[in-house]
Amino acid sequence: MTRIAARLGVTPRALVAGALLLAILLALPWFASSYIVSVMVLVLFAAYLGQAWNIMMGFAGLLSIGHALYVGLGAYTGAALFVHFSLPPWIGMVAGVPIAMLAGCIIGGLSFRFGVTGVYFALLTIAFAEFTRILFDHFGWIGGSSGLFLPVTNLAQNDLWHLRGSPAMFYYLMLALVAAALALTRFLLRRRIGFYWQAIREDPDAAEALGINTFRYKLAAVALSAGMTAIAGVIEAFYYNNLYPSTAFAIGRSVELMSAPIVGGLGTLFGPIFGAFVLTVLGESMTGLTAALHIDGIKQWFYGAVLLLIVALQPGGLWPWVAAWLGLADRKDAR
Amino acid sequence: MLVLNILIAGILTGAVYGLMALGLSVIFGVIRVVNFAHGEMMVAGMYVAIVLNQRAGIDPLAALPFIAALLFAFGYALQRGLINRFIARPEYNQFLLLLAVSILLTSSTLMVFGPDARNVQLDYAFDSFEFHGLLLDKVRVLAALGAAIGVAGLWAFFSLTRTGKAIRACADNQLGAQIVGLDVKRLYAATFGIGAACVGAAGSLLLLLVDVQPYIGADFTLLGFIIVILGGLGSMPGALLGGVLVGVSEALAGFFIDPSLKSMFSFALLILVLLVRPQGLLGRTA
Amino acid sequence: MSAAPFLAVAGIAKRFRGLLAVDDVSFEVAEGRIVALIGPNGAGKTTIFNLIAGVYRPDRGRIALVGRDIAGLRPHQVCDAGIARTFQLVKPFGALSVEDNVLVGALKRNPAMAAARRTAREILARLGLAEKAQAPAASLTLAERKRLETARALATGPRLLLLDEVMAGLRPTEIDTMVATFRSLVRETGVTILLTEHVMRAVMALSDHVVVLHHGQKIADGVPEAVARDPRVLECYLGTHAPIAPGARG
Repeated sequence: MTRIAARLGVTPRALVAGALLLAILLALPWFASSYIVSVMVLVLFAAYLGQAWNIMMGFAGLLSIGHALYVGLGAYTGAALFVHFSLPPWIGMVAGVPIAMLAGCIIGGLSFRFGVTGVYFALLTIAFAEFTRILFDHFGWIGGSSGLFLPVTNLAQNDLWHLRGSPAMFYYLMLALVAAALALTRFLLRRRIGFYWQAIREDPDAAEALGINTFRYKLAAVALSAGMTAIAGVIEAFYYNNLYPSTAFAIGRSVELMSAPIVGGLGTLFGPIFGAFVLTVLGESMTGLTAALHIDGIKQWFYGAVLLLIVALQPGGLWPWVAAWLGLADRKDAR
Repeated sequence: MLVLNILIAGILTGAVYGLMALGLSVIFGVIRVVNFAHGEMMVAGMYVAIVLNQRAGIDPLAALPFIAALLFAFGYALQRGLINRFIARPEYNQFLLLLAVSILLTSSTLMVFGPDARNVQLDYAFDSFEFHGLLLDKVRVLAALGAAIGVAGLWAFFSLTRTGKAIRACADNQLGAQIVGLDVKRLYAATFGIGAACVGAAGSLLLLLVDVQPYIGADFTLLGFIIVILGGLGSMPGALLGGVLVGVSEALAGFFIDPSLKSMFSFALLILVLLVRPQGLLGRTA
Repeated sequence: MSAAPFLAVAGIAKRFRGLLAVDDVSFEVAEGRIVALIGPNGAGKTTIFNLIAGVYRPDRGRIALVGRDIAGLRPHQVCDAGIARTFQLVKPFGALSVEDNVLVGALKRNPAMAAARRTAREILARLGLAEKAQAPAASLTLAERKRLETARALATGPRLLLLDEVMAGLRPTEIDTMVATFRSLVRETGVTILLTEHVMRAVMALSDHVVVLHHGQKIADGVPEAVARDPRVLECYLGTHAPIAPGARG
């Protein structure tokens, strides 16, 4: 046990806890209600998107408040190819991911070439997302502002190839993606690219002086983050079966997407997952409150309050603190 | 002639935009904080004006001083109580803090007033002046006039009063200001308050021209950024110039192209300016 | 002695919006030597460093490393060419451990993680930071941060090391330790050092050669003892600061 733990680079406690968590998650659809499963699907979407965003901000220190752009580009590409050419979503991904990565490279490339960083870069990402939102409102081929709708077929059978099926199917799919993202980010963080990203985040000038081509590595972070995000975009399109530019590219979506990693722990591996769980679960209970009290806006207010508290009081996020408390932390890092 | 009318309308509206953006510029120029809650603060002020109008029949122009004072207090408290504590943190931290505040403001107005659009009932809403063959909306002229007075008042404050000069000293050299004994914390709070008051005043004026809804705050925050970046962060005349430019381009774009595309044009402009000349047309390089 | 000097700076100039920070400066650095760039504040020392390191592009002139023109290269390309630098206001990667800081530098020379870590540990030991290897860089004292800054630059395996006021703010005992470290470094690895300093104690003890700047121009160039007696140098320092003597300033 200890040897396996050491091989994987975690504490024995963390190994046991992780295995336990995995077992529970794998078995969940068998013993939980369909409502819980669909809430968990939301958690996993939020977790995965948060992990993708975390690569740009948590690792490389690039603040993107227009990440919904990549979700939307992936979603619309996959949906449009399905609606117009009956192409299955996995083919749609093959088109959508490069499109999102290209968008990221354009935004990143232009910004970094012109030395636009920090808050100005964040504003640029917002501008690009908004620009695209309005553009798509007028893009008739994909429905424009009236929306794009995917034909919903028989949900009784699970069709993974066409992404038609029960919430449970999406649950396992997203669980696999979250696990894959966790493995990928962990792998990258321990390699040269991970250290170079962190160096760029901590001090770009010092990084440059140590021979790091900051332009190339920043671009890599943006491209990877965008591509990963687009994958979730495609899946989301097939889960909800409707798309509107006003929601797909909305700044509200971008902010929502950022909340999980910020609350969970910027730059940590498990933070976005933990943050997604906490926020979604509490958010769902807020929805109940909203329905009971018939007041709009309680959920957003709650989001704002949590964000405020975390950024002000615990900017490192909740996960490092929880991990330390649970004794899962490995030396100094709560990975 | 029609184009000229539209041009003038754009300039007049742009003056109000300019006043709104001025607040943003002042806050950034002095405190170096990007106020992401700018538009949302304005919307909150607009709702107060609506309530005064609907309950007590007060014209937004009359309510303006009160709204400005209210928002001054809010801004002062916000800076003093919250943002000041995190001045030393990396800049994205303050950005996220204000983002959270903006979410709280929007959701609060949503919770209290509901999602439907509201506007003020004005007797003179459809009046217009005629001037050498040009048709000028009375509301637009009044709004622009109000904006001009606001800007003049601000300029006078910064040039002539002691506090105003002290604030400018802080902006130029924070350490030096502290050394000569200026209470930087209080001056920062006052600056934020002034920026908020600007936006409150702009909101009252804007109420003459548009309907208000909880979600338009974000649009105006972004508009504020476009103007301020165009004109130069920290430059007062730049904010005005930017405001007028945006007002005119929106009006012209709305006339010549599809009105719903006009924001797209503004965003494209923002992207261009951020890339090519981030210090804006009139700003100084950092 | 090879035909091309190791580092040759020829007629470089740099103007910043009306201020001529560097005005027609030329000097050479021989391989394996320690050369000091001194002068009052505002003389242009850090600007010259930034010109060599690629942060700025010179308006005029040539900067050549073993005959190869490097003026106008970007900082990371300058590092590729074999020049590493420290910063006057140290820039540690605060969230990373001391060892990981140096690791980032070492990855330039050894892209493979295991080899890079070994290099990092060696260099930490050489600079006396081995015990602090796992501590977060943000927790170090100023003297330790300066050593970390040097260690990190060293880890990139440079042929030329640019040290920007690396002794500033250190106590005399710490200065002596640093001097000894650099001496043995040059002796054992053959690295060339160009440093800027205000701490005359260190300059006199370390340098083989001294170049004196004043208002962006070179006013003296020679061995430390000669420079210390040069009337032009004395005038520029006496005019504004205390005379040069070992132990003064700091």
